[in-house]
Amino acid sequence: MSSIISVRQLDKTYRSGFRALRGIDLEIRRGEIFALLGPNGAGKTTLISIICGIVNASAGSVEVDGHDIARDYRKARSLIGLVPQELSTDAFETVWATLRFSRGLFGKPPDPAHLERVLRDLSLWDKKDSKIMTLSGGMKRRVLIAKALAHEPRVLFLDEPTAGVDVELRHDMWRMVRRLRDDGATIILTTHYIEEAEEMADRIGVIDKGELVVVEDKHVLMRKLGRKQLTLTLQSPLSGVPSALADLPLELAQGGHSLVYTFDAQAQETGIAALLRRLGELGIEYRDLNTSESSLEDIFVGLVHGGRREVAA
Amino acid sequence: MNLHAIRAIYRFEMARTFRTITQSIASPVLSTSLYFVVFGSAIGSRMGEIDGVSYGAFIIPGLIMLSLLNESISNASFGIYMPKWAGTIFELLSAPVSFVEVVLGYVGAAATKSVMLGVLILVTARLFVPYEIAHPFWMLAFLVLTAVTFSLFGFIIGLWADDFQKLQVIPLMVVTPLTFLGGAFYSIQMLPPVWQKLTLFNPVVYLVSGFRWSFYGISDVDVRISVLAIIGFLVACLVAVWWIFRTGYKLRS
Repeated sequence: MSSIISVRQLDKTYRSGFRALRGIDLEIRRGEIFALLGPNGAGKTTLISIICGIVNASAGSVEVDGHDIARDYRKARSLIGLVPQELSTDAFETVWATLRFSRGLFGKPPDPAHLERVLRDLSLWDKKDSKIMTLSGGMKRRVLIAKALAHEPRVLFLDEPTAGVDVELRHDMWRMVRRLRDDGATIILTTHYIEEAEEMADRIGVIDKGELVVVEDKHVLMRKLGRKQLTLTLQSPLSGVPSALADLPLELAQGGHSLVYTFDAQAQETGIAALLRRLGELGIEYRDLNTSESSLEDIFVGLVHGGRREVAA
Repeated sequence: MNLHAIRAIYRFEMARTFRTITQSIASPVLSTSLYFVVFGSAIGSRMGEIDGVSYGAFIIPGLIMLSLLNESISNASFGIYMPKWAGTIFELLSAPVSFVEVVLGYVGAAATKSVMLGVLILVTARLFVPYEIAHPFWMLAFLVLTAVTFSLFGFIIGLWADDFQKLQVIPLMVVTPLTFLGGAFYSIQMLPPVWQKLTLFNPVVYLVSGFRWSFYGISDVDVRISVLAIIGFLVACLVAVWWIFRTGYKLRS
């Protein structure tokens, strides 16, 4: 599948001397939902801002559907819609006027039918004649999404779209994102809510300190970096991990009522059989056992905070 | 050229004008009318003619210029400063537009508004003092050129300003003194010889003088120099705007 966005050796140093991006290489596939994860200040917004034309790159290049964002900025930008992180809206305009403005600004002739569809999809139709300043925060977020969709972009950037958004809007938004993808659009989102990436994204990129730590298919990532835990509910509580088992990655939980064993799901030898045998030898009895897989969040925390583990592609 | 974008910006800005009609149209017309009442009728009736023109009529071109400069600058500077302040500028920066469309939209709207205002003041003046217009074509040309030039200048101030104080400092501290000393209320021939020379460094002198020539055929400086001065200033502003957008100065980090 061909790339809709190609980022090559992208570097950004702000005038303050802060180096926000360090040699980013990234290919976004046509029609995918790509989630960009990273802690605050990792460079997510800088990367998006460069692709959208708001910030100038220090070095490197970006192509959108084959159009260089600097040389061929008109073609490149007309394909992109951006929903920014901040709730920046005109206060005194009506919803309808601001949408018409956005569509015109991106070089599209008026199309009231399209704007109506966008507003209805976002449950904003009955607010079309309201001044934006009279709307709630969640409604303003919807207006920003509607503005970004007003010119029928092929690529939609959502920068922290669900920060401070209620559950209903979140669900509406994900429904809309899926529908856009079904229509062939590409969606790139940044988020703090890792469950969201886990639920929505096809691929995930983790960015930290201006570098892409990993870019991987979501399922592959979770399989590759995922860890499993075996929890044993004990018959009688223990006061500590028995010294005979000190060589194993064991922890006590629930005040000594359960024993947790962490293992690598991909390893040839998980060590479960050996563990159970040794428990039997020590006379430790258990009533129940279950295993659980780590979430994307655990993987993310492991990648960003627990030192960089090398990830073979 | 993205014509839809020009139209979108222009409409957006004109809508802002009509939304704030009291502030942007009514109040300048009222304050200029007060000048006519005070200087034209009350004080002017006790003053002699200047170059064969009654004082009330003499100050009309200068007063129109005064409003035109102030309003062009404030309209255009607010027009571009507000999106920066509110953060909505992101949309303009991410749009497939070059500085040409942005300038045509914003400056075009600000200049339109100023020309409307100038014509309104001219009509209002008729209620207080009789006057004639000797060269209507040149009168209109000066009106439009000045409106465009100073809207551009205001646009640059709006781009440069990063707080409200900076937005106000040039109009209040530089432009207002220059307009008051620019011969709106007097002929520079009435000044002492040294000041007659110094005042020629004030660009507003050329605007007022040229504009007054289009009304009464009298001028302090050669009208051709007036035309050159305003065109020169227009070109300087265009180059400045082009440079700002090319380098991203204060817009793109």
